[in-house]
Order: sequence, then structure tokens, then C-alpha cells
Amino acid sequence: MAYVVTDLCCGCRYTECVTVCPVECFHVDETMTYIDPDNCIDCGGCVPVCPVGAIQASYLLAPDKVSWIEINRARSAETPTIISKLPPLPTAEERRKALSA
Amino acid sequence: MSGSLTPMRPQPSEATFRVAVVGGGPSGFYAAEGLLRSALPIAVDMFDRLPTPFGLVRSGVAPDHPKLKQVAAVFDRIAHTPGFRYVGGVAIGEDVPLETLRASYHAVILATGAMVDRRMGVPGEGLAGSRSAGEFVGWYNGHPDYSHLRFDLSSERAVVVGHGNVALDVARILLKTADELRHTDIAEHALGALAESRIREVHVVGRRGPCETRFSPKELHEFSDLTSCEPALDEDDLAPHSFASPANAGPDTRAALGMLEAFARGPRTKPRRCVFRFHLDPIAIEGDGRVERAMFRRTRCGEGDAGAELVAIECGLLFSSIGRRSAPLAGAPYDEARGVHANIEGRVVAASAVVPGLYVCGWSKRGPEGTIGANRACSAGTVERVLADLASLAAPPLAAERLIAGAAPRSGSVVDYAAWKRIDAAEVERGRRAGKPREKFVTIGEMIDVGGRRADACCR
Repeated sequence: MAYVVTDLCCGCRYTECVTVCPVECFHVDETMTYIDPDNCIDCGGCVPVCPVGAIQASYLLAPDKVSWIEINRARSAETPTIISKLPPLPTAEERRKALSA
Repeated sequence: MSGSLTPMRPQPSEATFRVAVVGGGPSGFYAAEGLLRSALPIAVDMFDRLPTPFGLVRSGVAPDHPKLKQVAAVFDRIAHTPGFRYVGGVAIGEDVPLETLRASYHAVILATGAMVDRRMGVPGEGLAGSRSAGEFVGWYNGHPDYSHLRFDLSSERAVVVGHGNVALDVARILLKTADELRHTDIAEHALGALAESRIREVHVVGRRGPCETRFSPKELHEFSDLTSCEPALDEDDLAPHSFASPANAGPDTRAALGMLEAFARGPRTKPRRCVFRFHLDPIAIEGDGRVERAMFRRTRCGEGDAGAELVAIECGLLFSSIGRRSAPLAGAPYDEARGVHANIEGRVVAASAVVPGLYVCGWSKRGPEGTIGANRACSAGTVERVLADLASLAAPPLAAERLIAGAAPRSGSVVDYAAWKRIDAAEVERGRRAGKPREKFVTIGEMIDVGGRRADACCR
């Protein structure tokens, strides 16, 4: 198994996850981050630090989120590694409020 | 090798800042990484009291969690960064006073972890058969401080007091079959003893309720998947709403609660059981010369207040797993309340005045919390402070090379990173022959012998 970034990250991209990843397995594009499942060591450290709860263990994913396992695998292979925090997307705060409402 | 360190890298120039990191665990490595990635010219010497690096990744992470140990590859990469040097087998505070170390470097970062187990402070804690989780973890992981210990595994039931992930590790290792452990890097002596174990039931006991544990859901989940062991709960411990998520519960808490609730309803078909107990406050350990039972007071309130009820759990072995604190280090002010080196955001302080050039990171800065990666952010924070201060710190009056040359009075030789790689290779080879990823050396003498072997052969 590995941990998986889900669509909740889309439009937020807070990247708190990146600061606590012990193996630098996060990748990034314009909209969100992705976890490289081959590098992830299953420590779970990124789960509690995500402001919107976007990251989950693959075995705990709701059925409608399971597709994100493959998306993380595919996109992490196509996107650069991110090793330090980026500013959140401009839409992040608004979206976080919407998600927690 | 004997006595001197082979310079593996160009000698740092006069203009280089020299930083010592005390402790070769995760937080120490992440501090080294942060320093060596900065734009300043910095050389890092990492000291560890053991010949072997990687701290709790080697001696804390359970042998059946091999994936977590892959983080060692990251540490290995950091160790190969130009400017990094490993000085193993040197205990700061014993072999070298902290004062001397500070006089030999611009800055010193303490990354000494949390080596001391907290005690429960109940009568009978000193009885034979009453142990700390840290001793057991060190033992099955082959840590040289603990590899000589013996645990009496001849009774049917053991108790683990504490509701964190270390308690889960202890219970799981006690309840797995030898076949489940045989192909891990568990120390040979531990595998042999556990194969003969008669323990069939472990009670993992906490003072609070199911929604207040510190278990991570992933580690709880493992209990639903063991060959010969099932998880269970004891109905007497539970109130009608024990599994209701508090309003502010995060995803991890909710997931852990859901699993505990499922454990309560699970089948009873396997020969071994892990029983999760709640609302029980330890008050005494009893027995005639050795542990026979643990006594608890029920703390659950609510329907039919049972505040004064006493609960006895018969057991032959008891582990306390209620937290850890950092070992005090002579020359570094200690924060008794928090159990860490006294600091403000990573700068060591004495009576709220900053001690120039002395820093702290990881568990010895913030206490034993968080996963391995939490130490990366923690160490990065400390490194920011070091980088901000470096230019204003006095140049060290003593030479680090002299300190290292005379630094290993106990072992007679310092273990550098190349020596560690020889130890590593020898362990992996021993493991290969036993069908394991690694068979660790469990005494410092063996480690130093193996680490120094080739160097001695070619130097003489």
C-alpha cells in the first residue's frame, strides 16, 4: 500500500505534506501534489498535517476515491519532485472553507 | 583505522563553518541535510555513541516494518554529500565533554532523541518481570545496550500499559508466530526466545477511552491481519457511546475508532489474542518476588459511575509504554517539565538566555511525537536558526581534527562512514545466509571489529 493524495488537494495545494515527508516522494503540478507509491514508505506523517485532509492510506479510500491510486502513480511519474513548501494556490483558503463547511 | 579517521573528503578550508551534530538518528540526518543544502560553506561532523548510525530507524522501528526502514537510503544519500563526516562510537558527554565539542565547532546541534523510558511510579514496578517497552524494543532490535537482556516468556498473558504505537509494536512482536518474524531483521537471540514463548494473550491497557488513544490506524489495522492472533475488546471497559467520534476528531482518530469498534465485534477463532483495554489506571504491580498481576482502578465515568472499582489482570510479564524523555547531557540545560534540552524554537536556552552556538532538534527538542518525517520539518526549523546565527558565532579555539583523533577512549577506534558501510555489508551478508534482510551485530565489540577489519588489513 501507499498513501494517496485525493482530489481534495485540487485547487488548494497547501504542500504542508512536503515538509514532513522523510523520503521526498511528493510530486507537483499546477493544481495539486501526488505521492510516488514506489518511494512512499507508508509512515503516514503527511496525513495529519494536510489542512484539508486530502491524503489517505490507500486501503482506507472510499470507493469513489480509489481511482486516485492510479492517478498518483501516473502523475508522479510525469511531474517533478517537490522538496520544499510552495505558497498555497490563490484559491486555497476559499476552497478550504468550502470543504470544511 | 585504529585511532584516526581516514579523511574521505577534502579538508574544509579556513572559511568553512564547522557544525557538529550529536546523534545519528533521523533528526540528526535531516539537520545535516539542511546545513549541507544551504548556500553557506559548511562542514558537518555527526557524532553517535554507537558505531552504527540511523538511531531509531535501526533500533526502534519494528523488524516487521521493513518499508519504514527504507528511509535509511535517504540518510545514506545525505551521508555521501560532500562536507559530511560520520564519527561513530564516540559518546558526547562521556568520551568527550560537550564543552570541548563546543570549543571545537562554530555550532553544535543536539539530536539525542528520547532515550529514557518514563516510569509509571506505582508500587511493584521494580519486580522481576516488570519492564519498560524501550528495553524490549532495544532487545528485539539488537541494540547493544539491551541485547544481553532476558525476558521471561513462560506465562500465558502479558500486559502492556500505554496506548501509543510503541505499545502496539510490543504486543504485535509478542503475538506474532516465529514464522511471521523469521524473515525480518529481528535479532537472532530475540527470534530464538520468541519461538519458545508461551504467551498467548496480551492486554494493551490505557487510562482513557477508545477515542483518546495515540494509535495510528495503519498500525491498528495490522492486528486484523495476523496469522494466529485476533484483536478483541473487553465489554466491561466500554460505555454505550465509547466509539462516538468527538466533533473535532481528525481522520486518523476516526479511522482508529472505526477499527477498534470492528475489533469489538470480530470473530474468536485464532489461538492468540490482543485485548485492547480502556479506562484503566495502573495503581500497583503485585506478586511474590515477581510479577503475578497488575492492578488498575477503573476511571470510566458516566452511566453508573464505576470510579472506585479495582480490576486485576493476571500476568507474568508487564511492559510500561507510557512515553519517553531525553537523557540529560552535562553542559546542556534541561527542561524537566518537558523532558527535553531546554530550548526556544531550537536554540538552547539557560534561564531564557540563549546559549550561543548550541542548538537542538528532533525528539530532544520537542519531545517524542510524530513520525520520522516530522523530524525533517523540525530539523529544518533548527537549521534556519543556525544559518541565521552562524556569521555572528565565534570561531572555535580548538581543532576538530584533534578532538576526533583522541575521541574514542572506550573502543580505541572511531568508526567513520566507510567503516559503517563495511558493518552494513557484513550484516546483510549474514542475513542473506539466514534468509533475512540483515542479521545485526549486537555488541559494540563485534561492530568495531568488522568495521575496522579491512582498513587494518590494508594499513599494516
